[in-house]
Amino acid sequence: MSFEVLKPGLLSTFQDLGRLQHQRLGIPVAGALDVNAHRLANLLVGNGAELATLEMNLFPPTLKAHASCCVAFSGADMGPRINDGKVPMNRPVVLRAGDEISFGTRTDGARIYMAVHGGFQLNSVFDSASTYLRSAIGGFQGRALKRGDVVDIHEPLSDIDLSVLAQELWDVKIYLKSSLVKKKTPKLRIIKSAQWDEFTPESRADLITQPFKVTPVSDRMGFRLEGPTLKLSQPRQMISESVVFGTIQVPVGGQAIILMADRQPTGGYPKIAYVASVDQPLLAQLSPGDTFTFSLIDIAEAQKLDAKREEDFIALQRQLQPIEELLKLATGAKHV
Amino acid sequence: MPNPAKGFKPTYAIRSQGDRCINVDFGDAIHPDTGRLCLSASAIFRAAHLPGVFEIVPTYISVALHYVPTAENMANGCAYDTLSERIHELLKDGIPDFEQASKTVEIPICYGGVHGPDLLDIAKRINLSPEEVIARHSQSPAMVYMLGFAPGCPYIALLDPVFAIPRRDTPVTAVPAGAVVVANRQNMIYPSTLPCGWHILGSTPLKMFDLERNPPVLLSPGDHVAYRPISSEEYDHLKHMQSLEVSA
Repeated sequence: MSFEVLKPGLLSTFQDLGRLQHQRLGIPVAGALDVNAHRLANLLVGNGAELATLEMNLFPPTLKAHASCCVAFSGADMGPRINDGKVPMNRPVVLRAGDEISFGTRTDGARIYMAVHGGFQLNSVFDSASTYLRSAIGGFQGRALKRGDVVDIHEPLSDIDLSVLAQELWDVKIYLKSSLVKKKTPKLRIIKSAQWDEFTPESRADLITQPFKVTPVSDRMGFRLEGPTLKLSQPRQMISESVVFGTIQVPVGGQAIILMADRQPTGGYPKIAYVASVDQPLLAQLSPGDTFTFSLIDIAEAQKLDAKREEDFIALQRQLQPIEELLKLATGAKHV
Repeated sequence: MPNPAKGFKPTYAIRSQGDRCINVDFGDAIHPDTGRLCLSASAIFRAAHLPGVFEIVPTYISVALHYVPTAENMANGCAYDTLSERIHELLKDGIPDFEQASKTVEIPICYGGVHGPDLLDIAKRINLSPEEVIARHSQSPAMVYMLGFAPGCPYIALLDPVFAIPRRDTPVTAVPAGAVVVANRQNMIYPSTLPCGWHILGSTPLKMFDLERNPPVLLSPGDHVAYRPISSEEYDHLKHMQSLEVSA
């Protein structure tokens, strides 16, 4: 009824949509960096987006299934393998007890997400199972996976003919809009902040014309960028306020930092712009060394794109309904 | 506390933070009136159940409303416009001074020594004796304006201008839980061991954040705090009592 960690990989953590509703108590949000990949992996195994998936980075783990179950991989293509065979990204995959999951060559992106039908058995804190490493809360014992960890799952497959189920799942037509799976981008769309005009004209011009590079000093909390120096025309002290995913803030020194999932809930640095929600998953798939540019869009356009993404996910959920039904039958049979 | 039937009409400004957050600013400097306004406005916004809004965060001078696009707030094509209009509507008759469900919490603090290594330095900076610094700090009216930085970490403004001390030039890498730190007429109390760019005046044995407790946070926005200077013996005693409670 569980997964065993044979090799832990680097900072593999369980994440869901985060602790969105406790920010006023100083609770950091955390949650999946690439929410599209997280949500997609869940949909592909018949789950809602609120269940936690395993977020794996440039060095993914090796896992052993101790029960038959259904998993899916989305996000960066890291060449997922079951035993010695490659398995496709973005498809439900049936595992048998004893199967080993490993990863081969990464061809794009920085993070891959694994969902299991019914979800993992995790520690929920403030209504979320997201691991927040700095406070050691949520997920599996509040920490990244370690060798020998055994993580239980809620819904193993019952004693049925798994090859029949695998075939039935394979027969489900899955059409994925490119906007939901696109991973590489040279351009991130941003929205001006209210302090935009307080930055020097050169800073504003540089932000939307010059390339920026993700530095190695980047983690789930924030991506530190290397690029043109950004400056306020008149330096001033800001008063701490609530901050959001994708904030491009400019500390003393002028090298921008983009706030990510494990950001502190409040902050007081000047902000020049915000990465549009629709492009945040693309940002999340960048690795240290990757370069990109920013381009401006207005808030109305950003919100239309965000709403369109939501519609696409809802349409996809309808399309994938047969998967959910097949898996409900396959896990429910044991109760009969 | 006066609770005028007619609301006070504040000046405010609305701005966006990206495409999923809208901020209402009620001032540009930390002030108790502005802080109370933010808390009162938050209560109004919360009661209004604005479409798509899932979290409301009051801070010193601003209230952030976090939201997602929904059919209702996107009906005219832009959720930000919809919410801006709704906010203007809610504030047009002013803001009644809400009686917050606030409490006054006594915070025992052991000032100076190992618990407050920066007390002497602060005293020297502001030309007071350490005893005077302790008296001024513990007697300064103090309210929790916001929580942030780390789970359960209160931001408390200090009205006494003597505490307008700039941050330290080089942050300390690890300051223990319970540390009472000051800078720029503000005061935080550390919920866990964290780096710190402020000055450590003392330490409280109380836990600001404890997952074993319900609720885990000791202080909420709007709460008043009453500081009580204690000896290091009392600090040790309270700390010991607390550990007994946890193991009981």
